[in-house]
Amino acid sequence: MAQCVKKINCIVCPLSCVGEVTLEDGKIKEITGFTCDRGNKYGEEEVTLPKRTLTTTVKVDGGELPLLPVVSKAPLPKDKVMDCARYLSTVSVKAPVAEGDIVCSNILGLGVDIVATRDLGVFSAN
Amino acid sequence: MSDLNYDIAIIGGGPAGLAAAHSACQSGAKRVLIIERDRELGGILQQCIHNGFGLHKFQEELTGPGYASRYIKLVKQDAEVEIMLDTMVLEVTDDKTIWAVNPQKGFMQITPKAVIFTMGCRERTRGAIRIPGFRPAGVFTAGAAQRMVNMEGYLPGKKIVILGSGDIGLIMARRMSLEGAKVQGVLEIMPYSNGLTRNIVQCLEDYDIPLHLSHTITKIHGTERVTGVTCAAVDEKMQPIPGTEFDIECDCLLLSVGLIPENELSQAAGVTLDNITGGPVVDQQRQTSLSGFFAAGNVVHVHDLVDFVSEEGEIAGKYAAQFAAGTLEAPVRTIAVAAGDGIRTVVPQKIALPDNPTEAVRLFMRVAKPDKKVTISVTSNDQTLVERRFPVAKPSEMIVVEVPAAKLLNAGEQLAVSLQSKQGGEA
Repeated sequence: MAQCVKKINCIVCPLSCVGEVTLEDGKIKEITGFTCDRGNKYGEEEVTLPKRTLTTTVKVDGGELPLLPVVSKAPLPKDKVMDCARYLSTVSVKAPVAEGDIVCSNILGLGVDIVATRDLGVFSAN
Repeated sequence: MSDLNYDIAIIGGGPAGLAAAHSACQSGAKRVLIIERDRELGGILQQCIHNGFGLHKFQEELTGPGYASRYIKLVKQDAEVEIMLDTMVLEVTDDKTIWAVNPQKGFMQITPKAVIFTMGCRERTRGAIRIPGFRPAGVFTAGAAQRMVNMEGYLPGKKIVILGSGDIGLIMARRMSLEGAKVQGVLEIMPYSNGLTRNIVQCLEDYDIPLHLSHTITKIHGTERVTGVTCAAVDEKMQPIPGTEFDIECDCLLLSVGLIPENELSQAAGVTLDNITGGPVVDQQRQTSLSGFFAAGNVVHVHDLVDFVSEEGEIAGKYAAQFAAGTLEAPVRTIAVAAGDGIRTVVPQKIALPDNPTEAVRLFMRVAKPDKKVTISVTSNDQTLVERRFPVAKPSEMIVVEVPAAKLLNAGEQLAVSLQSKQGGEA
């Protein structure tokens, strides 16, 4: 029962290989099915420490738009993405904002900053 | 009423229009006008807040707004460019008169020497796919929902079903999940998804969202608000199979069922459209059937990568600048480009061959069905001019094949682009 096989769809290139990573007692025993080293590396990462870049929005006070799009400066652990999104739904910033401004530093202690992906000016009635 | 003269007027300030404007300036155009109906430049990129843009153009993964801002900065540095926001073009006539209106200047007659159409595309709606049922609230196109969620701060529903598994549908599945909605499932009428594998993995599998291939929606339930949909498996002819129906509860249905180039203006001006792409027939310089009218980006054919949209904008901008300056070389002959076996569309549809061609022509094409290990060849008069192999070919991913200038001299009246499958169609 200690052995399990995980099927991984490779996303590195358009070939979209489907590989299999065999785990035994939580450790990688074998990686098969990928056709290049990048695929093997991706397969390994997907079962050991999968990461995702998070893009979402935060509330803006006094901005020309009500929302500011943001991105994580580096990929976050996959299982923390939803927590980070939930946390960012409580964050708000004040306009004006410049692209690259840090909206939330070291989110949930993960060592990754969340930054604005656009400039956003102050709302004017005209 | 204002009377405004320009070298070039560009209709649409999205990625194609921005690239066209910058390229026109670099090619010596003196007065360039961008007409944009929204309150800012950038087009649909501004609502595409996810990352993955610009890998070809900038060798890094940008978000949609990030990609747009690169070009907006370039264009704002171009002293020759004037930008009109909140401006709606009402009509374009074949003598290159543009009738437009905005709150500051009112009704305007704009008279450029060259026009570039960069209006992008529109989403197909419920009407285009004729799903029976009542007309309750809660049915949106995926792009409309994307704008609501990412720019305006509204959530269009809490229990979502998505019809269509193209990239916009997949991206919205993740987006709605991150915003706290529950995505009940994605239905795709084809036996394969037209989205990138990356999006299948990161937008559906990551959130345990089921993808029902070869399925469609046969009925929308609810009178005031959507309450659910009836789904059914489809046969090879994409007809629902009786007995396979099942219901999914939802309060919102998002449609991601295709994009159509937005050509009301170009068509009314008299530009010839291609029946399959839905966009103007263009030559390699992106000039349409009407002299001095150019077109680029999703208005010509729907792209999957914005990088190629920018490239096309740059081409149109360069040659429109030459046209405006009166230096665009007249072709000695025209070569038709035809989509042959296994190829659905090719752009450009014709090549205006100058006396002494020095520039290679890049053919942008889509294959008819997914395949592996294919050869794409460009032939003329039974002679193969270019042959290229691809390990994989998908209808959703545009393929580019370059024909060197020297080869064009050997071409007859027609170039045919066709696909040969090495495995006899086996995937």
